[in-house]
Amino acid sequence: MSEAATQATIEAVARNSYGRLVAYLAARSGDIAGAEDALSDAFGAAQQRWPLDGVPRKPEAWLLHAARNRLIDAARHTQVRKKNEPLLQLAGEAEDVATMHPTFPDERLKLLFVCAHPAIDIAARTPLMLQAVLGLEVARIASAFLVSPAAMEQRLVRAKAKIREAGIPFRVPDPPEWDERAAFVLDAIYSAYTTGWENVIDDGATHHALAGEAVALGRTLVQLLPNEPEAHGLLALMLHCEARRAARYTRDREFVPLDRQDTALWSRPMTEEAEEHLRVASMFKRLGRYQLEAAIQSIHAHRAVTGVIDWQEIALLYEGLVRLVPTIGVQVARVVALAESGDVEGGLVALESMPANRTANYQPWWAARAHVLRRLGRQAEAREAFERAASLTDDSALRAYLLENAAETQ
Amino acid sequence: MKYILLVHVSPDAFDPSKQRDMAAAGRAYGAALHAAGVFIAGAGLQSPEKATTVSVRDGKRHVQDGPYAETKEFLGGFVIIDVPNLDAALEWAARHPSASDTAIEVRPLGGSSFDAAPPSSAR
Repeated sequence: MSEAATQATIEAVARNSYGRLVAYLAARSGDIAGAEDALSDAFGAAQQRWPLDGVPRKPEAWLLHAARNRLIDAARHTQVRKKNEPLLQLAGEAEDVATMHPTFPDERLKLLFVCAHPAIDIAARTPLMLQAVLGLEVARIASAFLVSPAAMEQRLVRAKAKIREAGIPFRVPDPPEWDERAAFVLDAIYSAYTTGWENVIDDGATHHALAGEAVALGRTLVQLLPNEPEAHGLLALMLHCEARRAARYTRDREFVPLDRQDTALWSRPMTEEAEEHLRVASMFKRLGRYQLEAAIQSIHAHRAVTGVIDWQEIALLYEGLVRLVPTIGVQVARVVALAESGDVEGGLVALESMPANRTANYQPWWAARAHVLRRLGRQAEAREAFERAASLTDDSALRAYLLENAAETQ
Repeated sequence: MKYILLVHVSPDAFDPSKQRDMAAAGRAYGAALHAAGVFIAGAGLQSPEKATTVSVRDGKRHVQDGPYAETKEFLGGFVIIDVPNLDAALEWAARHPSASDTAIEVRPLGGSSFDAAPPSSAR
């Protein structure tokens, strides 16, 4: 293994153990902040020591031992002793568990459900997961969400206080609550994936600020919920999109639409892993939003093999998706698929039947309209629509692409 | 944990005609709370026009006709329940007859500063 790969493995083990321990302690005390405080120094020490000494045989026991030493040190100052006593006792019990059992109990699922509880401010759910489950630094989370570290810290502190004071339980919900509550967890993870595009382009690849972390959360969820098809679907969706990262922009930072990307630049291993999760999901015969979205991406991925895109199949999948998620974005994407599969007139009718107040400033609607009009030979209107779309995006590469299309439409 | 369910209602909830139906639903709800052993206290409130608001500023008492805040919805009643956690409290709040009409605000009770008061029998 290369040094970087070893480093990444150690990092993953440390985060994995850290998340398990926060979940274990918080599930018993109801106090995420307390658990994080107790473990943060030990987690820092692990990130320094393990690359030098190797990963300990029982990483959780190592972390708990280091955390307890810190708590005992702190307890020498009498004021903190009283406050730390219950936590110290809890950490002691956890260390016994970690030492005696071959694997440490994994209660991260409860923690994920608490982080995505409907009583938590929706803007705090994803950051809370990234911090409590993966041990991500506040500054890192803040920069991805484009807020100051102080503001993000305040948001997280408020959410953790709400969990503690309002008595939000650490439990995995049962049906009939299950579907709705699981969807909150899936949505929060997906939002980690879609939030915070970093405008850094190396070798033609854009970096997604939290893409790696979102995929890590997706993997954790699949591991915790191997029988939930939507967990597999979400991971498949993220992996399919991640696989194309290098093909999304040219070296000159030009935007390349999905259907014109160079498939040689797509990551084969990631695509294959995505396909495998989609296959597992399909065995449960319980369709959902993320499986449908992943299935659409899977058809695009087939172009690497067949050289063509089965737009009819995509249009069919959007038909199902629009019923589950009738957002304006999905409706527009459905129209694009419809037009590409041959029903251009129908596409235009569908676009024009959408409420004007929702579409007036929605860039994808104008871009879709432009493409449809151009296919119908209505060049002047198409050019106008391309220009309108270009004026509504904040992505300079996409703007350039849309303006180029406008110029070509004569 | 103890939670208060603050029952917000629209002004027409205080109409005598509507109150009869509400009362029947309310009695059934109260019976369910008792049967589950979670009921601590609760009552419906009379209409906001009958409210009087008192405040003390610089030692001077200000008394005003009407509720504390003039809003579209009013506090129409409250229930205090003792349940294990927020999920259980939300479940009871969702069952309240007014939940399908207006909304129920659920708040954990704070540590009571009245705990130190002598029990009423000692007075």
